[in-house]
Amino acid sequence: MVSIHHYLVVSAILFSLGTFGVLTRRNAIVIFMCIELMLNAVNLSFIALSSYLGNMDGQVFVFFVMTVAAAEAAVGLALMIAFFRNKESIDVEDFNLLKW
Amino acid sequence: MKLWLIPFFPLVGFLINGLFGKKIKNEKIIGTIGTLAIFLSFLVSCTYFAKLVSGDIVVLEEVVARWMDVGALKVSWGFLLDPLSGIMIMVVTGIASLIHLYSIGYMHGEEGFFRFFAYLNLFCFSMLMLVLGNNAMVMFIGWEGVGLCSYLLIGYYFEKKSAGDAAKKAFVVNRVGDFGFLLGIFTLFWTMGTEHGIWTLNFTEIAANGHLLGTGGVVTVVTLCFFLGATGKSAQIPLYTWLPDAMEGPTPVSALIHAATMVTAGVYMIGRMNGLFAQSPDTMMVVAVVGAATAIFAASIGLAQNDIKRVLAYSTVSQLGYMFLAMGVGAWTAGIFHLMTHAFFKACLFLGSGSVIHGMHHALHHAHSHDDPQDMRNMGGLGKYMPITKWTFLISTLAIAGIPGLAGFFSKDEILWWAFSSTRGNQILWFIGACAAGMTAFYMFRCVFMTFYGEERITPKAKGHVPESPLVITLPLMILATGAALAGYVGVPAALGGSNRIEHFLAPVFEPAQHAHHIMVNHAIPHSVEYGLMGLSIGIALVGIALAYVMYIKNPQLPGKFVSTFKAAHRVVFNKWYVDEIYDALFVNATKRFATFCWKGFDVVVVDGIVNGVGKLVNICSNGLRYTQTGFVHNYALSMVVGVVVMVAIYVFR
Repeated sequence: MVSIHHYLVVSAILFSLGTFGVLTRRNAIVIFMCIELMLNAVNLSFIALSSYLGNMDGQVFVFFVMTVAAAEAAVGLALMIAFFRNKESIDVEDFNLLKW
Repeated sequence: MKLWLIPFFPLVGFLINGLFGKKIKNEKIIGTIGTLAIFLSFLVSCTYFAKLVSGDIVVLEEVVARWMDVGALKVSWGFLLDPLSGIMIMVVTGIASLIHLYSIGYMHGEEGFFRFFAYLNLFCFSMLMLVLGNNAMVMFIGWEGVGLCSYLLIGYYFEKKSAGDAAKKAFVVNRVGDFGFLLGIFTLFWTMGTEHGIWTLNFTEIAANGHLLGTGGVVTVVTLCFFLGATGKSAQIPLYTWLPDAMEGPTPVSALIHAATMVTAGVYMIGRMNGLFAQSPDTMMVVAVVGAATAIFAASIGLAQNDIKRVLAYSTVSQLGYMFLAMGVGAWTAGIFHLMTHAFFKACLFLGSGSVIHGMHHALHHAHSHDDPQDMRNMGGLGKYMPITKWTFLISTLAIAGIPGLAGFFSKDEILWWAFSSTRGNQILWFIGACAAGMTAFYMFRCVFMTFYGEERITPKAKGHVPESPLVITLPLMILATGAALAGYVGVPAALGGSNRIEHFLAPVFEPAQHAHHIMVNHAIPHSVEYGLMGLSIGIALVGIALAYVMYIKNPQLPGKFVSTFKAAHRVVFNKWYVDEIYDALFVNATKRFATFCWKGFDVVVVDGIVNGVGKLVNICSNGLRYTQTGFVHNYALSMVVGVVVMVAIYVFR
């Protein structure tokens, strides 16, 4: 049967994939997408545990996470637009002015 | 009518002149504020003194406010009026008023006119706190205050390096004495408290309970410490070197501070604590010996000086020696009596010398000469141009020489009589005092003859242009000369048919201790000896005057021949027995070297090293750590992930 373990493992795999993407990819939009992936992995984990434990808290928290994710995506995209206006590129390797 | 008004008026005068004097600018207003302040104090002092004389007040203690209340130490702002402080406030306020009036004329045209009057009023405030304080702490406030004002006023012409140096010297040497004074206060307070449970610094309580400390031992230590303070403040051996240098200050300052008032603080202090001193015969002997030694030592230096103010400065040190000789042999009334008469004639002498210098300055300026207006070798024959100055100066000189009829005779003779015949006296001390008296007569008359009589040695272009000083200057001179002449009559001794009113007046202050410790004149000595001693001192004075006349009027080449015959001796005496040089070698240079070491060897190397070192350390660390700021977002993200992994791992594998 499909038990809680399967959901948690899928969630972990998705989270790791997201982390790997944040650390490796150069395109800023792709990094944002990976962050969204991490957030959704956590959402999956919350829902699974809420169903398993019979407690509504997990599902309520998912709403919070989704709201935050949406707001963060909006702010992040605005940041990228500002960056692009200055540097003509959204490659994170170009954002190195705060170097020593 | 309150006692605290007496120091209050000069304090107000100081605040007004000090804070607003620069804006007021009008010399007459500033001078009037200053003089009025001290004159009001004088009027209040007169009313209190009248009550003391008539017997309405015997002792009046007035506490104004609490000051320190820490455990056993309870000190308040209080004032004590008894015959001793009554005489002191009259002398201080009276002579200070005259000198303030004199200064309006003397300091005319000075850039810092308001500053002078402000400091002079501050000095009067401090001195009045000193003499009116009812406990050792209020007295110490005054003690320190007069030292400060002495520094401020000696260094009045602060652009002159010599004046600044003299001011610093005065303050530092005074401080050494103040250290002794403080040690005395601490030891007294502690011993009285721990051994007898009486924790007090109040003079009345000390006088009442001082006998509990017994004789010798602790009392000797305490009184010697206090005496060290007195040697600093009153310019005795070994701490007198600042007084001659203090002549760098304006002449009214020399007259007020270094002749009539501040330097008498030590004598007053011993009078105030006479009970403690009586309990220590050893200290009294030390006081008497130091006093006599200073008297003759300073007189010897005065014989060879050419600057008129220096002669008077050494004369002051010498006369203070007499006062301490008196306090040391138990002649406390005589000491205070001499303090009073000395204040009159010494202030008159200093103000008179100021008048002379003022006139000389005017004349030399007219002749475009750069001669020193204070050097007596440039004077001579000034008597016919400055008659009032000459007569007042002459009267005061006769007084200081101890010629009968004038004030100095009665007070000085009383001291010499007690030195000879007191239970705590010694004939040798009398002899030293008598020799010093002869020298006093000689060098003072040398001063008079060189300045006012004989041929005019002033540069020819200036001859005839020495003016008599204006009334603001000559009026105080006349008043003081009258005092110098008449002030002695309050103390005519029984041997001459007088009632010695000052002795009866001061009896409540001094007699208890004198009776308890058998300090008195030896009544077995017949009156004929007393008359003999009196005659001897008059004789010595006349010999001194005659010698001065012969050497400076009749035969002016004699001094030159004398100096060339006794070259070495003259050089030693002229150079003040090289005491300043000895002190420099023993103390000053060593202290300077130590201070330089503290500065360059410790402060710069260690303290600055530590502070700068900490800064350098931070610098090095940050130089190393800056490489973590690569600017790559990926590196930062990686470090966040690593941190999360580590934290989770810690929780999982606990």
